[in-house]
Formats: sequence, C-alpha cells, structure tokens
Amino acid sequence: MKIIHSENLGYEYQSVNEQGEVELAKQALSGINLDIEPGDFIAIVGPNGSGKSTLAKQFNAILTPTEGTLWVDGKDTAQEANTWEIRQNTGMVFQNPDNQIIAGVVEEDVGFGPENLGVPTEEIWKRVAECLKTVGMYRYRKHSPNKLSGGQKQRVAIAGVMAMKPKCIVMDEPTAMLDPNGRREVLQAADELNKKAHVTVILITHYMEEVVYADRVFVMDQGRIVMKGTPREIFSQVETLKKYSLDVPQVTMLAYELQKKGLPLPHGILTNRELIDEIVALARQEKKEPARPD
Amino acid sequence: MSLKLEQLSYSYGDHKVYEIQALKDISLEIRSGEFVGVIGQTGSGKSTLMQMMNALEKPGEGKVFFHGQDVWAADFDRKGLRSKVGLVFQYPEHQLFESDVLSDVCFGPKNLGLSPQEAKKRAKEALALVGVEEACYKMSPFELSGGQRRRVAIAGVLAMEPEFLILDEPTAGLDPKGRDEILGQIALLHRQKGMGVILVSHSMEDVARYVERILVMDQGRLVYDGVPREIFARCEQLAQMGLAAPNVTYILHGLKEKGLQVDTDPVTVEEARDAILRALGREP
Amino acid sequence: MIRDITIGQYYPSESALHRLDPRVKIIGTLVYVISLFLFRNPAGLLVATLFLGFCIGLSKVPLSFIFKGVRAILVFLLITVVFNLFLVPGEPVLRIWKLTISREGIHTAVFTAIRLIYLIFGSSLMTLTTTPNHLTDGLERLLEPLRIIHVPAHEVAMMMSIALRFIPILLEETDKIMKAQTARGADFESGGLIRKVKGLVPLLVPLFISAFRRASDLALAMEARCYRGGKGRTKMNPLRYTAGDRIAYGVILLYLILLTVALRFT
Repeated sequence: MKIIHSENLGYEYQSVNEQGEVELAKQALSGINLDIEPGDFIAIVGPNGSGKSTLAKQFNAILTPTEGTLWVDGKDTAQEANTWEIRQNTGMVFQNPDNQIIAGVVEEDVGFGPENLGVPTEEIWKRVAECLKTVGMYRYRKHSPNKLSGGQKQRVAIAGVMAMKPKCIVMDEPTAMLDPNGRREVLQAADELNKKAHVTVILITHYMEEVVYADRVFVMDQGRIVMKGTPREIFSQVETLKKYSLDVPQVTMLAYELQKKGLPLPHGILTNRELIDEIVALARQEKKEPARPD
Repeated sequence: MSLKLEQLSYSYGDHKVYEIQALKDISLEIRSGEFVGVIGQTGSGKSTLMQMMNALEKPGEGKVFFHGQDVWAADFDRKGLRSKVGLVFQYPEHQLFESDVLSDVCFGPKNLGLSPQEAKKRAKEALALVGVEEACYKMSPFELSGGQRRRVAIAGVLAMEPEFLILDEPTAGLDPKGRDEILGQIALLHRQKGMGVILVSHSMEDVARYVERILVMDQGRLVYDGVPREIFARCEQLAQMGLAAPNVTYILHGLKEKGLQVDTDPVTVEEARDAILRALGREP
Repeated sequence: MIRDITIGQYYPSESALHRLDPRVKIIGTLVYVISLFLFRNPAGLLVATLFLGFCIGLSKVPLSFIFKGVRAILVFLLITVVFNLFLVPGEPVLRIWKLTISREGIHTAVFTAIRLIYLIFGSSLMTLTTTPNHLTDGLERLLEPLRIIHVPAHEVAMMMSIALRFIPILLEETDKIMKAQTARGADFESGGLIRKVKGLVPLLVPLFISAFRRASDLALAMEARCYRGGKGRTKMNPLRYTAGDRIAYGVILLYLILLTVALRFT
C-alpha cells in the first residue's frame, strides 16, 4: 500500500469578512497527484509561495483538501475520525526550531508526543532514550533547549516526532534557519531515520544541494507539481529549473557550463567525484595531459 | 575615510567564572567603498564585531575610529555614527512596526531630526534603491512577501544614507530568487553609490561571488584577512574552523590530485569553467 | 547572556529536600507562611526559626543563595520597619524631633521584619530546591480536585510551563529588537515620560507580533504532536508519594503541634 496517495488534490485559502462572505480566495494547490511508497526519501522543492508548505500541512491533516482526496496510510484525511491516527502516523518537523519545542528540558520535550498518545510511563522513557540516541542528542537529555544550537534543537524536534513511532516524517524546511553545520546535522539525522528506522521521509526545502540524495524529487510552482523524477533526471534540466527560479548544486552548474562550451559530459552530474572522473577521462582521451595512473 | 578597529577585545558574563570572551585583540581597517565579506561559524564573534562597528556595544579594550575619530570619546555623536554606519540585523523584517511601508522606512530619517517631508523623500529614494514599487508604499508590511519585507527593512537603514552598510546574513531563509535579488541590489548599491558594504554570510558561494575581501573569524579572533582567492586556497585550515570553501574549489583540487594541470585558485563557477577548459587545452 | 537567567533560580543538588515530592514542598511552604502570622511571642518565633534552620540545613543550599531573595525586597522591608517604628502608638521609648518610637512599635517592627524575611526564606527554599517543571507538575496535581468546580488545572500548568520556556527567548528577542531600533536611531533612554512611552512603540509592536507568531507556531506544533488537552494523557514523570514524603508531612505536622504548644507561653 502507498503511504501517501492523492488524487487531484486542491486547496483554496479563504478569508472571510465580517459579514461572513468570502472576501479573498487563493488557490494554493491544484491538481496534485502523488504516490509515495513506504520507506522512500522524497524531496519537495520550489520557490517561496509555490505551495510546498501548504502541501506539507495536508499530510498531517492540519489542513484538509478543498478539492480531490488525500489518503495517508490508506486513510482519507478529510474524515475527522481519522485525524489523530494520521497525526500519529505522519510526524511534522517545522522550520523554526524555537517554536516547536514545548518543554523546558530536552527529554521532557521528546516525551511530549507519547504522553499525548497515552503511552505508559516506562515505555515513554524507553522511547525517549532510544530516539535521543538515534539523533545523537542523548547526552544533552537533561539540558534546557535554550542553550542548544539551531541544529541541535532541530534534532531534538526530530526525536520528539520519532518518539510517536510514525511511519512517515514530513519536514517543512527544517534547515532554512540553520547555518551550514546545523543543516548537515539535520540532514544526517533525516537520512539515519530513513535508512535505519525505515521511516518514509518527505523533505521540503529550497536548498537544492539537499535533494541530491533523495529517491525522488517533486518540483512545485504556483500550487502545482511541475516536475518529478530522480535527482539526476531533475538536475539534467538546468534551464527548466532556472525558469522556476531554483538553483542547481554548484557541481551540476559547472558541468552544465562546461557542456555549453562543448565538453561532451553526461547530463545531470550530481557529485564532485562524478565530474572529476568524467573530466579526467576526457583529458586522457584527448591526450592533452598524460594522466597519472591510479 | 575609514572604519578602523584597534586591538579590540570584548567579553560578556557576570562574573570572572562565566566570562566568555567574544572578541580577542582585533585590529582591522575598512576603507570607504570596499565590499568585504565576513565568514565564521555561529558563535565565532561575527555579530559582536558588527555591533562594535556602529557603537551598539562598547569594547572592553581597544578603540574604534570612524574617519579617525574615537567613537567612544565623550563628545562623539554616536547616534550620528549609527546613521553613517548602517547595520541591518539578521531577519530585519522582524523590526517593522509601522502600519504602512513608507512610514516604517521614515522611522530612521525622522530619528535623525529630519523634517517629515525630507524623511519621506529619503524613504522613497531608499525604497526605490531596493526595488520596492510605489504601489506597495501604503500597504501594511504584512501584506508583502518575505523577500519584499526584507527589502523594506533594508530600505529602513538605507534611508539614513549610510556610508557603510553592514548586513548580517541578509539572505537567511530566502529562496534562491529572493537571495539573488537582494544580493544583486546590494552589489548595485556598492557599484553605483560607492557604498562600503560589509556582508556577513554563511554561504561561501555568495561571498565568493560578490566580495573583494574576506575576513575570517574563529573563536573571537580575526584569523585571516585577504582576497577570496587567498582565503579559499586554505581549504584545510578553513575546514578546521568548521568552514568550507566554495564547492568548485574542491572540484579543482580533486582534478589536480588526479594529475590534471589545472589552476586551483578560481572561486566561482565561471572562473572554474574557464580554468578547466584551459587545462584541457580549449579556448575558454 | 540573557538566556542564562534562570527563572525560579533552581539550585541543583541531591539533598533530601530536593528529592521531596513537589506537592509536599508546596503544601509545606503554604503552611509555614501562614503559620508565621499566628504568633507574636518569642517562643513561637523560636520554633519557627528552628524549623526554618532545619529545612535550610537539609537543603544543602548555600546561605548566600537564600539571602539573595531578601536583597530584592530590602527597600520594601526598610519602609515597613520605619512605618511600624514610628506609627504604632504605645508607651514612648525614644523621641526624635516630632516623632516618637514606642515599645509596641519596636516589637511590631521587629516581628514584621522577621516575618517578611522568613517568608522570603521559606518560599525561596521551595523554588531553590524544586525545578520549575516539578513545581508546575505539583501544582497541577494539587489543583486537580478543583476540576469539579471547573478550575482548568492541566491548562494552568501547561501555560505555566510554556511561559517558563518562552520567557528567556522573548527576553533575548527584546534585546535584539532594541538594538536593531537603536541602529535605526531610536532612543530608549532620553526624553520625558511621554516621549519614553511613545518611544517604546517600535519595541513593543514587533515584540507582540513575534510573540503571536510564536504562539501560533507552537499551537500548530503541539497539535501536530497529537496534543488535545489533559484527557487521556499519560505522564512521563508521574508524581508518587514515597516514604520520605510521608515523613515530611509528619515533620510539618510536628512543627504545627510544637508551634501550638509554644503559643501558650506568653
């Protein structure tokens, strides 16, 4: 069974004036068809205002479709009876690390979700220890969140979501407010979760370097999914990405620029290693430089 | 005409025990019209250093000179200094407080004692400089997009007509388009108005692309001060400080290790492309 | 920096007093504070002093920490003493210019001062030995029976703990916005009262906006983690009375008995 499946999902924001009439309606999502397999690492990218955060909130039933249907783990999110089960099954990590930590001590915050679910006390402690270890924050368990770095706080937030034993974690721009080191920490934690705990991860971001390791990428623009595919497929279309005012990783950009100058390189180069090997092979072919045997 | 710091040290904390030294013995001079980048890990003292430059924090030891005058001298006009050395904090849109865009930008000039008409004139000029359209002047800042809000906030500082503009991570949280627009506008200001710009950033790619001089901060010390090529050539030392060079630098180093005779100095995509083409014996 | 301010000034240690159930400490402090106003004689004072001394000794909190609390109310304390000294009528002891100090005045002043000081000592001792989280937990449990008359015990405790978490963040934010506005030429110090109050607008508006944004973010995050009020929740740290807590209740009772006995000596 698909963990997430949607058919023609649409969402319209409405603001109602004092007379109760709809004053302003904004179509935030339209015609979204998604299929996500359990255990996938999915990246959703798009410029600000493309609807990616609105979509993220659909997965957790914080918002429900105004058009079409969304099933999370086989449950229709529009049915209120499913809400709490869906929220338990799809955890959310938000952008601002300060505004999602509820308790004044790290371990108590991680326990917050299980407490809400009515998990027995001993089991909560077991889960808290386990999840803090997975994100590498166990030794900070007695600390106040206020004294942690941004990356550490986000890892605590991830542990807090994991402690609810979800099948899927949705991360809504978890790295937007972090420095490069914090970003690396959070991505590592997300990867660990996906590879070791086999949790489906949906990462929403506008940093293109972060999507290189995803299984699949969805590009959003103006409330629609405009591109989907593997990172390689996506990044081989540099011009299209530019049209949606998105970046490509610097290595892909360099390869693309070299291609434009006539170097016969393959499309969608994603890592430094790939590019270096390709160029070295070219150099050998052209015998311009005698390459060192290695 | 310059901003000069001399053997600056600063520490905070109540007691000797808790004392944290945020800045240690920093000396540097920034001349009018320079475009300087400041890099360093979170907590390396960058933000404190910025606040020293416009006298928001008083150094424990050492002196700050603006055009040769000691800014902590008893008779020095520090309020005036803050208009000459404009400081844009991180997430500056969080300080917007007026009901419409134009009034908010007027706040700075009004504080300088300018007449309402003069303040408005300056505000309009500043908004034009950052590319905010006239249609937005009467809008509430909250009706704008994140990128626009930030530009309004930057205009709030520009309206004081500073000679130096300090920006603390002006692109944090923006998408690539918003980032390019803001940095593009700043580069334009630098070129057209000859404004001195000090850009604090975590993005080495952005720094490499725009600035002509880089200051590297580590644990409260100024460890390097030089042109981008010099600084990024020290990949290994930067890594020890938790910093990195732009990714293209690593690609060039990787090529060289594999025996390709390539220039490893370039720091931008375009420079790297040309270097590789040259190494392959092609015309750039 | 501002984030280091600890609200409630908890002093970490492993003493017997630290280990007590927060409910015992809250009730004990309440009982003690009320008891301070029951006696007016030296014997009662002696019992109250001994009990306080015993608790301080048990807590292993350095005296300097306990004295800190008094420093905050020093001015208030002095005013109270002066008023009592000069305004309580009775047998005159000393005459300074047009003011008289009476024997009753001295008596009342001394007792009032001691009461206030002990009151601060007692309540500081509670906050010094109990983490804010434990305090709110204790309060929640103590208020629980009042649910019948619609006192939202869980909600009150949740609000308190969220406030404790966000006060340092908002303080830091205040500092940041103040600096940012100063950089735009704002002046928070000079000028008359009206100018000063007006000058606060650029600080307060962004601060309120930020607080509301944080509140709405937090509500969203709590809902996403299945928070739906106190119903059906389990506790990570459930409060359970131990033998030590029962003994502590015994000690409090003993104190009350001794105090009653002491009240008979006049």
